[in-house]
Amino acid sequence: MDALSSLADGFAIALTWQNLALALLGCFLGTLIGALPGLGPSNGVAILIPLVFSIGLKATPALILLTSVYYGAMYGGRISSILLNIPGDEPAMMTTLDGYPMAQKGQAGEALSISGLASFVGSFFATWGLVFLAPQLVKVALLFGPAEYFALFTLAFATLGGLSSKNQAKSAIAAALGLAIAMVGVDGQTGVPRFTFNNVHFYDGIDFLVAIVGFFAVSEVLVFIENHATGPSAKPAPKLGRIIPPLSMIKATSGAMGRGTILGFIAGVLPGAGASLGSFIAYALEKKVSNKNDTFGKGDPRGVAAPEAGNNAAAGGALVPMLALGVPGSGTTAVLLAMLLALDITPGPLLFTKNPDVVWGLIAALFIGNFMLLAMNIPMMGIFVRLLAIPAKYLMPAVAMISFVGIYGISGSTFDLEVMIAFGVAGWVLRKLDVPLVPVILGILLGNQMENNLRRAMTISDGNLWALVESPLAIGLWIMAIVGFILPLVVGRFVRISALKKSKIEAGDVGTAD
Amino acid sequence: MSDRLFGVAALFLAGLMTWGASVIEESFIQDPLGPKAFPWVIAAVLAITGIAMMLKPDDEPEWPARAKLLRIVWSVAVMVLYAELLPIVGFVITTAAAAAFLSWQLGGTVRQAAIGGALISGGIYLVFHLVLGLSLARGPLGF
Repeated sequence: MDALSSLADGFAIALTWQNLALALLGCFLGTLIGALPGLGPSNGVAILIPLVFSIGLKATPALILLTSVYYGAMYGGRISSILLNIPGDEPAMMTTLDGYPMAQKGQAGEALSISGLASFVGSFFATWGLVFLAPQLVKVALLFGPAEYFALFTLAFATLGGLSSKNQAKSAIAAALGLAIAMVGVDGQTGVPRFTFNNVHFYDGIDFLVAIVGFFAVSEVLVFIENHATGPSAKPAPKLGRIIPPLSMIKATSGAMGRGTILGFIAGVLPGAGASLGSFIAYALEKKVSNKNDTFGKGDPRGVAAPEAGNNAAAGGALVPMLALGVPGSGTTAVLLAMLLALDITPGPLLFTKNPDVVWGLIAALFIGNFMLLAMNIPMMGIFVRLLAIPAKYLMPAVAMISFVGIYGISGSTFDLEVMIAFGVAGWVLRKLDVPLVPVILGILLGNQMENNLRRAMTISDGNLWALVESPLAIGLWIMAIVGFILPLVVGRFVRISALKKSKIEAGDVGTAD
Repeated sequence: MSDRLFGVAALFLAGLMTWGASVIEESFIQDPLGPKAFPWVIAAVLAITGIAMMLKPDDEPEWPARAKLLRIVWSVAVMVLYAELLPIVGFVITTAAAAAFLSWQLGGTVRQAAIGGALISGGIYLVFHLVLGLSLARGPLGF
């Protein structure tokens, strides 16, 4: 029970006044960001990272703030799904299917409470899963050498793109673009400059925070400017009605919450699958199991509970590979990985031995955050509903300006701001072309490590390429990578069901993936 | 057509990377793979996927009409101008102007945009500079 005693130490760290206040702030901001249509957890975290950095928070409090935002946004995504039929972010898409019909029947308050409770169940148990599974995964990860790490990174790329785009060529191109951006700068092993165009600004490489904020926040602002009618205040929110759901409704949905949690957690742990898949399979299974009277899609509370438990459990699950292997399981965890790297903390097996305070303080904060979120998302729901009325014409300029402040605060460099704007325009074009942004980010983040591991493996084996597939572990990872890349080609059509498309069309563009 | 063009762009980038990698100066420190090999692998992936996109493009995306496109171009131009003027004019004034412009582009009336811009700029200055102590660009007027 090492994990439990480490967790107790974590609580000692998380329960300081500063950390509690940051968790509370993060939960509040996260719920708000999640609730606003278009702004998802990855945008939210991306906008805040540079700020947190320039304010000079230490690693643990910074991580507590940002993961609280992450969890909060996963909770908040459902609010506009239910009230406006506009998913706040992609994982909340499935919640529109039964949530909005419930709201139309005058059960908006109950739908919000049930989904809030389901979110709590999903993320609470997923956090326990993280406590027990991550240390086990660390033991496996300690067996990794450079060749295995190289295979693992390949696996992350192969699967991360797979489900976020229906065109595998586009996922691969996205990953290659990210890796190409990572190559800019002085080569760590030999000290020679690469692709710097003799510009001193490029010698340190391209700061991934600049790229992330550009890709996520600036491109989001451009999308809003393009279709400026789809602001949050496009439709008036319906009346909430009864807020506390009857006990019978909680009982009736408890099975859905349980099944959603398990499926969501598994989807989250798998590299690349993420919360969108979590909510999708949770809803699909629940429909199979419970749709006896053909009530799904017409406002069945179980159709709200299952995907919400699923996507929140996936959010917790995605932290497992991120913390234990240093390979993010979703878009937002990729952004959190950037945060860790910016703080000079390298996630992976050594994180648990070298910085146990960071890991366990963070996990404890997630537990605390969950209770805060439950309290915020049921009794205080009315506040968030009112905040939904902030029009895009004020919200998006504020988002843009805060992004600029964050990046300028780090470096004080006009050049970085211009690079960020360039990434914003590139991100807008890529989104138009349906090229997923998450593999690009992952490429920028992992590019140098991937290359270093490859070159280390080659140095050890004296240039023998077969060394990459020598151990059973490496072979297993390669097989998973190949299957992960090919499988979506076969089943992708079934996974991207028409419902997903339908809600996407109704909502306009709902922003980036989880 | 857009996908095909993007495929061509990827091929072009792959060519550029191949060339860029080939002119990397070798250092006296050396490992079996060297600093050129990985960029070449990436260039190969870019080239292959670029060709795949040219051969099998998706449906044409919906590009914005001229008026919308102009709105985006203007907004980007204002952002670049903002970045350039920030250290010269100072945070409060440039931010208020840029936020007001974006707000106007997002459908606000001139009056709404002006008020919104001023509030956003003032709000950020208050929270991030005065409360959290973040150093923002100082202009000739000191803010």
